[in-house]
Amino acid sequence: MAELSMEQLSSQYYDILKELGNIGAGNATTALAQMLGGKLDMSVPQVRLLEFKEVGDLMGGADQIMAGIYLGVEGDITGSMMFLLGMESARHLVSKLMMQEPQGEMFSEIELSALKEVGNIITGSYLNSLSALTNLKMIPTVPAVAVDMAGAILSVPAIEFGLIGDNILLIETQFNDETQMNGYFILLPDLDSYAKILSSLGISVG
Amino acid sequence: MGKSILVGMADLNVCTAPDSITTLGLGSCVGIAIRDPGTKIGGLAHIMLPDSKEISGISHVPKFADTGIEELVKKVVAAGAGRARLVAKIAGGAQMFAMNKNSNTMKVGERNVIAVKKKLKEMGIRLLAEDTGDSYGRTVVFFPETGDYVIKTVGKPEKTI
Repeated sequence: MAELSMEQLSSQYYDILKELGNIGAGNATTALAQMLGGKLDMSVPQVRLLEFKEVGDLMGGADQIMAGIYLGVEGDITGSMMFLLGMESARHLVSKLMMQEPQGEMFSEIELSALKEVGNIITGSYLNSLSALTNLKMIPTVPAVAVDMAGAILSVPAIEFGLIGDNILLIETQFNDETQMNGYFILLPDLDSYAKILSSLGISVG
Repeated sequence: MGKSILVGMADLNVCTAPDSITTLGLGSCVGIAIRDPGTKIGGLAHIMLPDSKEISGISHVPKFADTGIEELVKKVVAAGAGRARLVAKIAGGAQMFAMNKNSNTMKVGERNVIAVKKKLKEMGIRLLAEDTGDSYGRTVVFFPETGDYVIKTVGKPEKTI
């Protein structure tokens, strides 16, 4: 399989990756909407190649407090995936699931565990739909959750990219409803997984 | 009141009193603040990874502890700081997510802190204070005027080291 560097990803590849984000996030957003018993809108996904210093500006500032659910992807495709929620959205989601408002300013152990479970289901449906489309195995690892500054949360995938280059490549989709919910899906395939995804769809690379 | 200079991830800059210099949301990354108390000239580096020698073919200097600190020192000295008087304070190096996958990447915070300390020692720059480790993000502001390094975290009171 041909080696593929991030700079070589042409706009055609971007469109394909965008479409993947669309399908994955579409399924995940539907799953989330069902869980909440409401309607959620989803933005057109963006494929972005960012410098590290731009990462902080991604979601309204590096010190914006967010709930991040992070999990690894194993199988034919390797990488990681992140599901990020604004603080208000996370509280709203927890109160729906627990049938009561979160008690403290920060989440309790059980509330965090509920968030983790949501992340599990949502990202699972994202990956399943991609897996069905590409016929490639994608197995999510057990998720971990952190409620903290966006910059600190995003530094984790950024560091993984830092090991191989000076940019971070991500497929980002935003969702929201009229009031409480807003969040992001970020899929971060390892570099060699991009070539696999593209060729599984019949696109020759390099 | 001076203005505030913003440093991004894998980035560094110089700062002279009365200005302050800040970086937002340090996770596993480490924020290294150095200063010459005589001239009140200082700087801040936001490094991501411990060692540039572990990775071949990457030249982005501010990303690594070793090359980042060297570059920061070079820049502050060029701005007029006395090399021999430089002192440092550091913050960050947290483990944001507790998980087993890629234990190497997951422990990167800890490895970053070790690498930063080693480099400072090697360069003869005294480490005055640190707030490192644990599992939460930090936003930091450094004041070369006083040497105060203010650390903000989510859900905890602000502290100054």
